[in-house]
Parts: sequence; structure tokens; C-alpha cells
Amino acid sequence: MTTPQSNLPATRSTMQRPGMMGRGPMGHGGPMGMMKGEKPRDFKGTIKKLIQYLGSYKLSILVVWLFAIASTVAAIFGPKILGKATTVLFEGVMAEIAGTGTIDFTSIGQILLLALMLYVVSAILSFIQGWIMSSVAINITYRFRKDISQKINRMPFKYFDGTNHGEVLSRITNDVDTVSQTLNQSLTQIITSVTTVIGVLIMMLTISWQMTLVAVAILPLSFAAVGSIISRSQVFFKRQQDYLGHINGHVEEIYGSHRVVKAFNGEAKSFDQFNQINDVLYISAWRSQFLSGLIFPIMNFVSNLGYVAICVLGGYLAARGTITVGDIQAFVQYVRSFTQPITQIANISNVLQQTMAAAERVFEFLAESEEEPDNLLPVAIEALEGRVDFKNVHFGYTPDKIIINDFSFYAEPGQRIAIVGPTGAGKTTMVKLLMRFYDVNEGAILVDGHNVKEFKREDLRCRFGMVLQDTWLFNGTIMENIRYGRSDASDEEVIAAAKAAHVDHFIRTLPEGYHYMINEETTNISQGQMQLLTIARAILADPDMLILDEATSSVDTHTEVLIQKAMAELMMGRTSFIIAHRLSTIRDADWILVMNDGDIVEQGKHEKLLQRGGFYADLYNSQFEQVLAGAA
Amino acid sequence: MLRLLKYLKPYILLVVLDIALLFVQANADLALPDYLSKIVNIGIQQGGVENAVPQGILKSEMDKLFLFMKAEDKATVLADYTLIDQNSPDYEKYVKIYPALEQAPIYVLNRVDKAEMEKLNLIMAKPLLIVSSLEQVTADPAKAAALGRQMGFDLSKIPVGMDIFTLLSRLPVEQFSKITAAIDQQFAPMVESTITQAAVKAVDAQYEKLGMNTSIIQTQYILRIGTVMLLITLISGLCAIGVGLLSARAAAGMARDVRRALFQRVESFSSAEIDKFSTASLITRTTNDITQIQMVVMMVMRMVFYAPIIAIGGMIRIMGKDTSMWWIIALAVVVILGVIVTIFSISLPKFKITQKLIDRLNLVTREHLSGMMVIRAFNMQPFEEERFDTANKDLTSTMLFINRIMVVMMPLMMLVMNCTTLLIIWVGSHAVAASQMQVGDMMAFMQYAMLILFSFLMLSMMFIILPRAAVSGDRVADVLETEPSIKDPEQPKPFSTPFQGAIEFRNVNFRYPGAEEDILHNISFTALPGQTTAFLGTTGSGKSTIVSLIPRFYEVTEGAVYIDGLNIREVTQHDLRDKIGYVPQKSSLFSGTIESNLLYADENASEEALKRATDIAQASEFIYSRGEGMQVEIAQGGMNVSGGQKQRLAIARALVKQPPIYIFDDSFSALDFRTDSALRKALKEQTSDSTLLIVTQRIATIKNAEQIIVLDEGRIVGKGTHRELMQDCEVYRGIALSQLSNEELA
Repeated sequence: MTTPQSNLPATRSTMQRPGMMGRGPMGHGGPMGMMKGEKPRDFKGTIKKLIQYLGSYKLSILVVWLFAIASTVAAIFGPKILGKATTVLFEGVMAEIAGTGTIDFTSIGQILLLALMLYVVSAILSFIQGWIMSSVAINITYRFRKDISQKINRMPFKYFDGTNHGEVLSRITNDVDTVSQTLNQSLTQIITSVTTVIGVLIMMLTISWQMTLVAVAILPLSFAAVGSIISRSQVFFKRQQDYLGHINGHVEEIYGSHRVVKAFNGEAKSFDQFNQINDVLYISAWRSQFLSGLIFPIMNFVSNLGYVAICVLGGYLAARGTITVGDIQAFVQYVRSFTQPITQIANISNVLQQTMAAAERVFEFLAESEEEPDNLLPVAIEALEGRVDFKNVHFGYTPDKIIINDFSFYAEPGQRIAIVGPTGAGKTTMVKLLMRFYDVNEGAILVDGHNVKEFKREDLRCRFGMVLQDTWLFNGTIMENIRYGRSDASDEEVIAAAKAAHVDHFIRTLPEGYHYMINEETTNISQGQMQLLTIARAILADPDMLILDEATSSVDTHTEVLIQKAMAELMMGRTSFIIAHRLSTIRDADWILVMNDGDIVEQGKHEKLLQRGGFYADLYNSQFEQVLAGAA
Repeated sequence: MLRLLKYLKPYILLVVLDIALLFVQANADLALPDYLSKIVNIGIQQGGVENAVPQGILKSEMDKLFLFMKAEDKATVLADYTLIDQNSPDYEKYVKIYPALEQAPIYVLNRVDKAEMEKLNLIMAKPLLIVSSLEQVTADPAKAAALGRQMGFDLSKIPVGMDIFTLLSRLPVEQFSKITAAIDQQFAPMVESTITQAAVKAVDAQYEKLGMNTSIIQTQYILRIGTVMLLITLISGLCAIGVGLLSARAAAGMARDVRRALFQRVESFSSAEIDKFSTASLITRTTNDITQIQMVVMMVMRMVFYAPIIAIGGMIRIMGKDTSMWWIIALAVVVILGVIVTIFSISLPKFKITQKLIDRLNLVTREHLSGMMVIRAFNMQPFEEERFDTANKDLTSTMLFINRIMVVMMPLMMLVMNCTTLLIIWVGSHAVAASQMQVGDMMAFMQYAMLILFSFLMLSMMFIILPRAAVSGDRVADVLETEPSIKDPEQPKPFSTPFQGAIEFRNVNFRYPGAEEDILHNISFTALPGQTTAFLGTTGSGKSTIVSLIPRFYEVTEGAVYIDGLNIREVTQHDLRDKIGYVPQKSSLFSGTIESNLLYADENASEEALKRATDIAQASEFIYSRGEGMQVEIAQGGMNVSGGQKQRLAIARALVKQPPIYIFDDSFSALDFRTDSALRKALKEQTSDSTLLIVTQRIATIKNAEQIIVLDEGRIVGKGTHRELMQDCEVYRGIALSQLSNEELA
């Protein structure tokens, strides 16, 4: 929620930002939203891109601007016309007093009707303008998000290695939101503010140039006052924000480690620490709030200063007969409506900078390099035998850090290849290369004699079944999650796959069976069951080759036996790559790839590798040393 | 929200002061239109002349006025005025103000009080008017003839050199009273104030006859009122600043107190209460929710209190000025409230679902990103795009709806306000015509109307924020009102010395709060000092739960836990936990350095003690492989160290404490087997007298333990050594077989 402001538009903007709610606590954006935001690197370029992106909406925006100008102009005439009514009334009264005439109600009535018409027209125009603009803004928002979502699918994995998910999420929500807000409000606000300032200035000049001079002379005074307050309160705002962060961090840490705190009797210590931060936060909070609260009364005082000056001058001029009483009334209203658009204009550059920074981030994302396009004349595959051939493969996640050096290896159809190595040795790298999530830097990977690059990615991936330990299920029904393996599978096929994965029985014990919803955090289903579901998914896909990741200890015994069984059945007759943890799996494998620090350090059969007494032997002995010792 | 009211108590003085200041501010704000109306009514319309009582007047002119006064009125006037001529002592002083004094004697008004002024106003207004209109009339022959006919004689027949007043003074009493009656009749429809207003024109004319500069009189009046206005603005501004200060201090102060109370309360909680609220929710409650409350307290103190004060004040002033127009404001308020209520009732449900839709969009995107490998492996990109599109469409269409409602609302509000103004002018001008009010009053009325309407508008805006804050308030109050379920005994007993560390569970049953079934059934065992007791079982078998009962993170449901024969409920939590070195399942480090994390266990630990601990925990190698050694920064949550390193540091931390009892809750899971075995070996050597409790899923880790307790679905199904259990315990054998191949176990 923004700081309380006493003008209407500010309240409106708070209301119109449901998407922003709860984002930044306490005075987000600082006093009057004048906090200096981040700046885009290339302002002009981004504007050009944004205008281009608007596409056919450019015309709508033009119409909106015209309507906004017309609406503002109509509204600006209001006070002047009402002033005339007052003048007619006043003169009528004076005439009555002098006995020379009466109040001309026909004329007042006409004037008021005219004013009413203007107000109604202004309201209608403003309404149409807002109506069009909101749909433009929403459509752009929709398109931005859609483009980003589609872009994600075309980007190489490499991009996501260096970017955390939060950043991408923030582009989809916050950055797009900022652009949308500007389109929805600020863009029209710019136009109405400028029109208002110019219009009001002209109207004031038609009344009296002397009074206009006074009114304008007041402005620098109020800006100076507000500016100095803002720069002062900025310091406290920043400190408040910092300490809010500190307190957040501390609270997160202490609550998150509640047991440790208790176990080490650390309550008093963390309470002391908390109090220190809390006290600083208190001081910076009240100071920043207080200082930003100063703006309004000070602006008010300065504006009243102008008000009195105008009254004095106006009275003097009215007495001279230069202007009328109605003119004074109108002028006072104009002066009152003068300051707000000026503050808005002053703030526009900030808003634009922030918007462009946000838009720039979105455009940057959309312009990120995409996956190398598929081969234009791809090799067609109906079914593969499953011959896999690594030829002098070199690979690194970044070109300057090659981790796999000159690796060659050949797998016959139907063979089982175990990938072993300590945690963090880079065992999933092999998976990523096989599936062509990444391309090799040098050398080639051949499947049935074809370089993987010759296939369409889609076709190639189609032939691989993948069951990772790091299971991925989405917020949907069990049926939907299994059908992920093959989207055109019938319900019966899904159930058959579940049966083959030994998970059918479990599914039927759930409240709604196959229509049981997996919740957002995928916490309403156990780890082992998740793994079985992903196996069912792979079975449904009926691939030629398999990539499996054996479960570690987090699965209970019964489920583990089921997983073992399901995996064994799945591997029958398929070339399989297994990230192995289990001794039996490793020993039964046709070939073992030993990885360490990202590279394949050894390969061969179990006995041979043991005999060699290298890294594998070392690893094997350390893992099972105790067991063997116990058995001896 | 109201449940937190007691936290505002220390700031009650600030709140009272705040309301008092708001009261002054509202009055000041409301006084301004009054002064504006004075500037218009008196400053501009009346040329700065406030009363129909001239400060000075030529004697000859005063004599004309006397013609139209009753005898007693004349006496009053004569008593309040002093005749000044060239011989008067103050001549020099007066001639400067009234230049005409040089030629003729004048009457100067004495100092009179307000009541006397009112009296003079009534006495002098009509004669002033009569005289001035007679003068105007006689200047125009055509009008003069008409008037003459009315009065019953021909004015043109007045002898030359004699003006109408001389003529009138010579008329017989009877005829003269006839004339005055006729004039009185003309004045009948005019209200006193209008007569006065008209009369001041005449006063102005008198001043001109005195040779005074009337425009200076006007400017001076406007400046005087202007200064008052500025003073009032200053008062209002100072009040607003004061209100800002008071509200900021009260709100921030209350937020600080609530936050402190909340933090302290959460620290006092046992794990049961933490589970009940969830850690994430408690964090939000301590931070965002309290910030919300702070904002609202401030807004209430600044705006919510202000609105009714100014609305009531405005109403009172309007009633005082004129009772015939208040209905316009009432009507406007009703219309505005009607519009707001309608709009909110339409949009509020939509507002409520937006957050859900945003969350949904985020969720879909997050899943898309986290499942990228799977999505691409199964070529499900189109499916994902469709899922995203649905979420995107839902969100944007709702947003469009809300935005459009706002699009309707703003012009409508402006229109209502503008129409109110128009209505005031229309109705007001009729009132002015009927001499019921003056033009300036009407203008003041317009401003009151705006002040009142705005205050209602602001008030209604508050109703969007208040419900959200109320939710925050309730969430905070819920925590504050929750009593920790585990409390220290009133008369705690000390542990016997020397402390042994023998732990005994006697028929312990345990059920998580809110659960339907016990998770532990009839658990009994003894863990002896100098021995390792291991707990083994599948996920959900209750092994971690057992050890969390020992430091009293949870309270047993039935049965009891004894240490050295003393029920742990009879000692203080502090004493109990002092004896235990606990390494949690999820090893959590604090931000700081490695050293500060280790010292968390014992602030006074020596450097050697730290070194010893890190050596046992197999952590020295990676600590000292970096240049900074113990001073390596640990980021929040230990994000910058690997899982295995984190675990070793957490183990080292417990070792620094050198307690008689150690609990390792699945704390070796992230270690590779080699480190695991080295660590256990060192541990056994260095902590030979301690009671060691180890929870694990790896058989290899605990094969050599003196006692292994096998759990299945919350029951002890086996107790003994590895060899014994391999023979008698089916569950144990099952687990062992799944982890190790047969020949290795043989």
C-alpha cells in the first residue's frame, strides 16, 4: 500500500494495482511516488521497441489521447463558465441593491446548463478514453506474458543455468505489471496533465495576467519545499527499507531454525538481536512516515499563500473593475487544480524511467538467443534400435570450462549402462546431452548411426523415456500427470501404464482415484509414489531408450521394492542409462561410466574397474567398506 | 484488529492529542471558506467596508441622516460620535485621515463594542440608504419626477439653491411621516444583512466625500483578512504536521511493540505451535501483517478520525449559515455513497480473486520452469503454453473488469461533484435573489460541500484497506493469544550431580496436535551413557519424532521421558536443553561467519575447542582450505555452503557444546560414506562418555551401535544389535536387504 495521499488520483492508483498489493510493504515507492527508481540502459531504443510492440494499438492510443485532451479541455472550461454564473448573480445583486435591475435567472440557467453539458461531455469522453485504454493495456499485458511463456520453450537450457527462476517470474508478473500500469494510467495521465497545465494557464491568462504571474510564482516555492522534504525523507525511507529487510532476514532465520534456537537455549540472544533491529526500524519508520506526511501540509500552506495573494490582487482588480467576482472564483479553482498535474508531470520522468527499465528487461528476455533451430531436413524415425555412440565428445556448460574431455563410448541396443559417481559429480550431464538439452562442443553423439543433431528434437526426445529422482508433477489430477507421457493416450491406456508401474493399487486408495488432485506444493503424495507415477508416465510413452535415476533413501521399503520392480520391467529390451546408487544395479550393468567433477574418469565392467584399483575401486570400497568388514 | 487495541495503550496520549489536533485542524480548514466569503462579501463587494456605520462623516451629511432617525436613535448616535472641528485638540491627527476636515467639521466614531456596533448598524443603515438613493434620484430629473409623484409633490419645483433635504426638513411633521412610511414599505422585503450590504455602499460614498482613498481601505481589509487566512492555514498546517508526527510515532511504536511481543511469543512456542501456524505464515505475520497494521493505524489517525470531524463541523457551519441548502450536500453524500457501495459490491469479489489468479499464473510459470527437462523430454511445450494461456486469460479478463469499473467510477465521481456545484449555484442564486444569503456565502457553501464530499470519499476508500488490515490484525492476534503448550514447571527440580545422561522412555505415546491417530505407541527403552542408541525405520515410522521428545520440542501425550530418573517435565527447558547437543535433520546455520555459528553453542568456547569440534566433524579440511578459515561468511540459511558442509558444521556446532547427550537426527544423510564413517569413528573416540542417539535410514551408519531400535508405524518392532536383529527382526532384515546385497550382509 502506498503512503496515504489526500488526493483522489493517488487513491485510485492504489486501488488499481491489485497485482502490486502486498509486494513491498510500507510506503512502496517512497513519498508521493517520487523515489528515484532504476533507469533503463537504452531509453530511446526501448521506447522504439515498445511502440513497435503496441502494433495496431497505436491508433487506439491516438484516439485515447484525443479523447483525453478533449475531456480535459471540456473540464477546464467548467470553472470559467461557473465564474460567469457567479458574476451574473453578483451583478444582479448589485443592481438590485442599486435598484437598477434584477438577477437574470435565465442567463444563469443557461450558463449552468452549458456547464452541465460540458461536465457530462467531459465525463463521457473520459469514460470512453479509459474504457479503450484499459483494454489496450490488458491486451498488451496478455500478449507480453504469452510471448514470455512461449519464449521460455524456445530458449536453451543454458540460459536457465545462469538465471534463477525468481527473475523470470518477476519479469512475467512485476515487470509486465509495471508496463501495463503505465499504459493504463500514466500514459493518459501525461496527456491530461500537460493539457490541464496548458489549458489552465491559458484560462488564467484570459482572466488576468497579473494574477497568473502570482500563481506561477508560487510554484517554485512549493517545489523547493517538497523537494527538500523528499530528499530528506529518502534517507529514512531507504533505512526503513533496509531494516525491514534485516528484520525479515532475522525473523526468517530464527523462525526457520526454531529447534536449533531452542536446543542451544538461544532465545534470549536472538531476542536481543531482534530488539536492536526493531528499535532502529521503529525510528526510521516513524521518521520516514512523518517526513513524507509533511509534504501535504506544506504544499497546502504554500498553496494558501498563493490563494491569499490572489484574493488580495483579485479584490484590488475587481474593485478597479478589471475583473469580476466570478473571475476570482474561477481563478481560485484553477490555482487549486494547477499544482497536482504539475507534480504529476514532475514525476512522469521517474515513472517513465521505471517503466522503460521494466520494459527493457522484458524485451531483453524476449530477445535472448534461442535454441539452435532443428535440422531442416530431419531424419525421420519410426522406431529406433537403440544404438548409442559417443564419439570424441567434448562438453562444458560454458565454452571456457570444458568438463567432459574427449569421451568415447558405444552402447549396443538393449544394454544397461550405469552412471556412477559421488554426489555432485555431474551425472545428469549425460542425460542432458542424450536428450539434446545441451549440444556437445566437439565430437558427436550418434543414435542408430545418426548424429542427434540430424533429428528433430521432438522426434529424438520422443524415443527416450526419462524417470528422474527429482520427480516433477504438476498441479493437476493423477490422470493428467500420467497422460503427460503421451497426450493422446486413452484412459484405459493410462490405467494400464499405472498397473504396469505397480501404482494402480495405490491410486485406487486415494479419495478420487485417478482424479485425485495433486496440490500446488505436491505435498499430498509421497516421494516414492511420485516416482512410481513418473515411471508410469515413461511406460505410457513407450520409448526405445531409457534414462533412469535410482531412488535414494527417502523412499520407504515397500515402495522401494515396487520401484525396483517397475524399473526392471521397464528396462527390458530397451537401451537404458541408469544413474545408479545401488550396488546390485551397478554390478548387473553391462557397462559402467564413472564420473567425477563433471568428467567421465573411468569406464568399463565392474570387475575390470575394481581390478584397476582406480577411482571406481576407491569409491566402491569406501561406500561398502563397513558392510564388507561386517560380513568378514 | 480490535484484539490488538491494548498495544495502542501506551500511545493513548498520542491518540488523544491527535484527535484534539485534528479537531483544531478541521475547524481551521472549515474557517477558511468563511474568510474567503468575507473577502468576497466585504472585501470586494463592499469595498472593504464592514458596517453601515461610517468611521467618520461630514457634519452636514450626518445632519441629513438625522432627518430619518427617531429622536432616541439620534441621541444614541450623538453619544457614540464626537464632533471634530479645527479647534479640536486632535485636529492634526484627524485631518490626516479625513482631509475634508480642513473645510468642514466632521463626526468621528468613538471606540464602541460589538453590541453597540450592531445597534448603530440597525439605526444608521436605513437612513444611509435613503439619503444615498435620494441623492441619486435627485440627480436624474426623470426619476426625480417619479419620486415626487410618489411623495405627493413636484420635486422640480424645489427652489433653486435649496436641496431636497432642506426641503424635507421644512415639511410639516404629518407629511414627512407619510413619506418615511412609504420608504419603509420599500425596504420591507429586504433582509437586514442585505440592507446593511447596500448601506455600506453609501458609507463608501461618504468616505469619498471625506476625501479618503477608498481603494486603500479595500486593500487593507483584504490584506487583513488574508493575514488571518494565512494564520489559519499555518495553524491547520501545524496541526497536520503534529498529527503526522503523532500518528507516525504511535503507529510505528505500536508496530514495534506488537512485533516484539509476537517475536517473543513465537520464541516461546514449542514445535507444536510452530507446526500449527507453519513457519512461513509466522514470518509473514511478524513482518508484512504488522506493517499493514502500522499503515492502517497511521491512516486511521490521519484520515479516518478526520472525516467525521470535518463532516460534522461542515454540517454545523452550513446549518448556521443557511438551513435551506443542506439537503444538496445530503443528496450528494447519498449519491456518492450509493455509487461507491454499488461499485464495491460489484468489484470486491473480483478484487478478492485477483490475488488467487496471480498466484495461479506464478504457479504455472514456476512449474514450467522447474519442470523444463520433463516438459521438453515429453514434448509437452504446447500443453504448457495452453495451461499458461488459461491462467493468463483468467487473470487479464478479471483485471480488465476491475480496471473498467474504475474507469466508470472516476468520471462518475467527478460528475457528481460538479453537479453538486452546479446545483449549489442554482439554488444558491435564488436564495441570494431572495436576499436570504450573500454571494460570498454561496461560494463558501460550495467549498464546504467539497470538503465534506471528499472526506466521505476518503472514508469510503478506507473501507477497501480496513478489511485487509483486519485480516492482518486477526492473524497477528491469533498468534499472540496462543499459549505455548510447553511450560516450565512452577517449582523446577535440578538434575542430580554428577549428571549421567541415562535416558529412559516409559510407555510413551505421542500424537501430533490435531492428528487423528497416535504416531508413537507404547515406546519404552533406555539409552545409556557411553553407548550409541540408533533408531531405524522407514519414512514416517516415527524415529525422528522419538528424539524430538527428548529436548521437549513436543510434549509426550502419555507416559514420560526420564533423564537420570528425573521426569523431564520437572526441570526447566533451559536446564534440560543445556545437557543436549542436537543436530537437526535440516541443518540450519545462521548468517554470520563459521566461527559465529560454532560459538552459538558456547560463547566462551576456546579456539582449541572449536578446532577439536571441526576435526571430529570432518569439517576442518574444507574450512581451512579457504584463506579466511573460520571467518568465512555464511549467508542467510547457509546458502553458500554445500549440503554436506552444512551438515558437518551443524555437527561441529553441537560438539562445541560438549554436552553429555548427543542427538543426531538423520544428520549424516548428505555425507558420502567415506566422510560418514570417518566422522563416526572420530565421534566414538571423542565422546566415549556421552549418550549418543542417532536417527538414520542407512544401515551402514549404525551397524556397530550398541543398541538399535527398529520402528515400524510408530511401534518398536526390534531392539538389539545388528547381528541380533538380522536374526530376529523381519523389518530390519527387509531394510538391510534393500540396501545391501545378500553376500555383503552374510
